[in-house]
Amino acid sequence: MNSVLKLILDGEALDTAQIGKILGLGAEAVDRELAALRKQGVLLGMRPVLNPSYESEHRVRAVIEIKIRTEGVGGFDGIAERISSFEQVESCYLMSGGYDLLVVVTADNLYKVAGFVHERLARIDGVQGTSTHFFLRAYKKDGFIVNAEGSRRDQPSVSP
Amino acid sequence: MDSSGRFVARHVATLPKSGIRDFFAIVSKMKDAVSLGIGEPDFVTPYHIREAAISSLEKGRTSYTDNRGTQQFREEISRYVAKNYGPEYDPETEILGTIGVSEALDILLRATLNPGDKVLYHEPCYVSYAPSVTLCHAEAIPIRTVSADQFALDPAALRAAWQPGCKLLVLNFPTNPTGGTADRAKLEAIAKFAIEKDLLVASDEIYSELTFEGDHVSIASLPGMRERTVFLHGFSKAFAMTGFRIGYACGPAAVIDGMLKVHQYGIMCAPIMSQEAAVEALRNGRDSMLHMRDKYRERRDFIVRRFNELGLRCHLPRGAFYAFPDITSTGMDSMTFAQKLLEQQKVAMVPGTAFGAAGAGFCRASFSTSYEKIHEAGERIARFLDTIPRR
Repeated sequence: MNSVLKLILDGEALDTAQIGKILGLGAEAVDRELAALRKQGVLLGMRPVLNPSYESEHRVRAVIEIKIRTEGVGGFDGIAERISSFEQVESCYLMSGGYDLLVVVTADNLYKVAGFVHERLARIDGVQGTSTHFFLRAYKKDGFIVNAEGSRRDQPSVSP
Repeated sequence: MDSSGRFVARHVATLPKSGIRDFFAIVSKMKDAVSLGIGEPDFVTPYHIREAAISSLEKGRTSYTDNRGTQQFREEISRYVAKNYGPEYDPETEILGTIGVSEALDILLRATLNPGDKVLYHEPCYVSYAPSVTLCHAEAIPIRTVSADQFALDPAALRAAWQPGCKLLVLNFPTNPTGGTADRAKLEAIAKFAIEKDLLVASDEIYSELTFEGDHVSIASLPGMRERTVFLHGFSKAFAMTGFRIGYACGPAAVIDGMLKVHQYGIMCAPIMSQEAAVEALRNGRDSMLHMRDKYRERRDFIVRRFNELGLRCHLPRGAFYAFPDITSTGMDSMTFAQKLLEQQKVAMVPGTAFGAAGAGFCRASFSTSYEKIHEAGERIARFLDTIPRR
């Protein structure tokens, strides 16, 4: 794997200057690498991972299972791409199993999610049914344990 | 006033405390310190290994075990050692489960040394070797290893250090704190000398999986050495299991039997849940171990390059997770350097002299920590060095 990519996937908070120093590349070379990764479509973007307890004061998040009918509406891709284009939609996946699309949405409050489901999703030709579940509490997010405090607090800071 | 000191035995009263403890006391009270002083993996034990310990508890397996460890534990050790190091050991008579390598080495010394016996060991080395020998009323004889030689043990230095009364040679490759390793040619020369002088060899190979260049060779695998070597190993470093306190010794039956006596009266047995976690590590821990080893190697390359950029000459350690930069260009001794760096920039490195006199002029920096911390330590050390005239 690309060494810059490997380092950013480790999840440490490093800026490009730090990454450059660690890899012995220089910050400009790291920027070039990142630009190349974006151009290749490997790296879609970089976002901070927020603690959901902070986020939940301002946003609600829900996962929606969607069953779809594909005849006459351009197959899965057409519908999935249409759904993905809504700004409320954070992620959208085609799934195996009891439903077809899994969609994660965020909105200011519960009513806005409800509005999105019945005013937007349900009106899309091909959407046969939805099942919406709200996130209540997060324990781990994007590889980070949410309340990791103290897991190593008894570790001595100097040891033989 | 506490006058209970009069009850403490002379050889204990005169034994110096580990230099690391003083540092720990200072660093632990300091806010925002960046510690490169941690001598253990920064990884949590891999999940599947923790799961094995949890499962053991859930099944109610909370009893003593055989003094040597469970049959299953010893059989897995036997397989693992044969596969990865060469020698085959009988789980019935030649393998003993211990509370880490620390206990294994302690009971080996206690089982083999008579008062006045002499023990050869290479320095700089792990902090417990010489004191453990002293506690057996025996004499520890250091053999200096040097940076120019990548801190490998020079067979000629071993020969020069030998004197009548030497019974045991303690080896530790890769070495804490230098990351030194010994290649096959060196080990063969050491083995030849051990046979010539009829020495028992204690080989502490706790860092052996964390060998970054070349293949690790165990001296126990060399011709004529199995019968005079006690192979000491554990799970703390390779599998990030320090808190489990679990290790083992493999060696000739009579020596293991002697160790077993000391172990059964002093310890009884290693904790059963640690033994069961260790079995899982031996069976399925390789991928996790390789992942951690790769991370250590990447961090090593960064920290060593950084020290050299800063003008603190540092060899590339071939194993373990410690860099051992030469700080003599600052004109300070190890302790002064470490203290001033800690006071002025709040970076903790362990003075090389904590690992014996041969560590003078060096400091140990653990790279078993995050890039963020290593990077920040590098910036702070650069600021510190800017304030002092260099030679």
